[in-house]
Amino acid sequence: MGFEFVALSLPPMVIGTLAAIACALPGNFLLLRRQSLIGDAISHVVLPGIVVAFLLTGVISTLPMMLGAAGAALVAVLAIEAIRRFGRVEPGAAMGVVFTAMFAGGVLLLEQSDTSSVHLDVEHALYGNLESLIWLDAVGWASLVDPSALSLLPPELFRMAGVTVLVAAVVALFWRPFVLATFDEGFARSLGLPTGLIGLAIATLAALAAVAAFDAVGSIIVIAMFICPPAAARMMTDRLGAQVAWSLGFATLSAVLGYVMAGYGPLWLGRTDAVSAAGMIATVSGAVLLLATLLGPHRKHP
Amino acid sequence: MIWQALTLQLGYNAALVALGSAALGIAAGAVGGFLYLRKRSLVSDAISHATLPGLALAFMVMVALGGEGRFLPGLMLGSALSAGIGLWLVGRMTARTRLPQDAAIGAILSTFFGAGIVLLTIVQTMQAGRQAGLEGFLLGSTAGMLRADALIIAAGGAAVLAAVLALRRPLLMVAFDEGYAQVNGIGVARMDAALMALVLAVTVVGLKIVGLILIVALLIIPAVAARFWSERALHVVMLSGLFGGLAGYGGAALSATAPALPTGPIVVLLGFALFAVSLLVAPSRGLLAAALRHRRLQSRVHLRQGLLALSRGEPVYEAMTRRMLRRAGLTRPDGQPTEAGRAETARIRLDEARWQALRRSDTLTDLSSRDDGLTLIDSVLTADQLAALDTTLAPRGAT
Repeated sequence: MGFEFVALSLPPMVIGTLAAIACALPGNFLLLRRQSLIGDAISHVVLPGIVVAFLLTGVISTLPMMLGAAGAALVAVLAIEAIRRFGRVEPGAAMGVVFTAMFAGGVLLLEQSDTSSVHLDVEHALYGNLESLIWLDAVGWASLVDPSALSLLPPELFRMAGVTVLVAAVVALFWRPFVLATFDEGFARSLGLPTGLIGLAIATLAALAAVAAFDAVGSIIVIAMFICPPAAARMMTDRLGAQVAWSLGFATLSAVLGYVMAGYGPLWLGRTDAVSAAGMIATVSGAVLLLATLLGPHRKHP
Repeated sequence: MIWQALTLQLGYNAALVALGSAALGIAAGAVGGFLYLRKRSLVSDAISHATLPGLALAFMVMVALGGEGRFLPGLMLGSALSAGIGLWLVGRMTARTRLPQDAAIGAILSTFFGAGIVLLTIVQTMQAGRQAGLEGFLLGSTAGMLRADALIIAAGGAAVLAAVLALRRPLLMVAFDEGYAQVNGIGVARMDAALMALVLAVTVVGLKIVGLILIVALLIIPAVAARFWSERALHVVMLSGLFGGLAGYGGAALSATAPALPTGPIVVLLGFALFAVSLLVAPSRGLLAAALRHRRLQSRVHLRQGLLALSRGEPVYEAMTRRMLRRAGLTRPDGQPTEAGRAETARIRLDEARWQALRRSDTLTDLSSRDDGLTLIDSVLTADQLAALDTTLAPRGAT
């Protein structure tokens, strides 16, 4: 049990949890600002970004793909804003136009170019490949204190950890302005806070988390974690600090429980093959939200 | 090849699919038009993603019962059921809890899609080979479609279109004015439910062609594009149907010409091209029209201000104003007014003096709010009023 768990299950579980936390954290602000679907939009437009990056560089490597994804997210944000403002289109519809068109463009590019030699396809983009992020150099729990084995952990783990720490640090550092600008934009502006800039900062933070998490775990987890844990947390409390804490708890619970259920659940039920961990994590987060909407102490309209 | 595809000469099945896709596109466009006017566009995103678990479950149930797992009507029924449940949950969540609608949409979308992916991985490990094709519902595929499936899609598209036509009056009334519809005895809640049922029908019929990730585009993009061309609800809906039909027909026909052209993305990109053209060239709401309007206003302001400065004998400092005066033939290169320029200057000066007189006058002073610095007073007053006003001007001489 020890070896198998540490080598095959621990790294993806930790990466999944980090991705869930990195997305749920800005998700709290997006929820209150009624921008929850930004996560949905970003995770769709990431596809053309990485395809273009691949076509330009010809290799599958992380840095150009992350840059491509970030560039695509930027293009999408600008396009949505331009269509909304110049075309006087309502924001939801403007978003729908841009992300579907960019996703379609990405799929078409992917089908037209020769990517058969490399691991790049739509399915991978949608539900990632959490199960493949294994740590073959581990020999058991002792490897956790063995520096040479630790250095061979999947690189996604370090990247995801770095982004999670960065997101958490920014949220902690700018907590007060973020909260003020989210709850009462007028009041925040009267205090001299740059509310437009703060809104942009929150969206950027979300995009950063989404792009990093997308690379590691695929878009389903990204969309689910932006919304479900914060929404469930909103049913539990009226205070934002407590809401963030609840949401992080729910995100961790969903990632761990989802991964365990996907990896071991079918075995317990007598089947031989594991099911999609990304899909199961999203499903568990939805189940948590369902329970919270039925039982949460603060579920009703105030 | 492309010409053959567009004229339906690539075989009976391809023609059937193209026609079905056109009918679906028209229906989706029209339904999307109503949806957009009701500001509910993104609900369709939740509906379409929520079809996946039902699709996979229907496949599993049909296989377990010993039937053919890919039987399209069964798959459509399953996806309609799970999308219906998702839609119901979005409604309940928005009404019963304090979650905003966008959060409810995102939650249902991601959870159902995640559950669908889980079920899909189970399907993939069932008897190998027979499940091939369920992934095709993600992005749509028309390659190698069975004759029976093509017939079902063509009939389904036509049926949804007929339903939209039958319901067009009450839907239009609700989209146009809720209160007015209520007074006319139309249940707004009932029509909204009918609209959602139509969205669901479009989604289920379109699954096989456009795929569940992109079907939402067929419900949003044509409507947004159509909105640029008209301020009238009926026209928006009709035009949206036309755009959707063009995208659906063109997409299905084009994708039949090459294996690497998946139907869904082509349909969406054609729709987006129609949108981009609309955004640019639509009269009044389009970008070009807006730019022209801006340019005209700019030139009026600059000319007027320049002429006012000239009338007072002051030099014009603004470079742009100087350029515009020159180009209009009102000034010479040295900045002095030409013959035409002097005539214009006098006219503007008289206009300005008349506005000042109007402000002083007892009877006409109310009209002073019409003075925006651009409107000529002749367009506000009658000839008689002008003549009366001019009598008060005379004694003051040159100002």
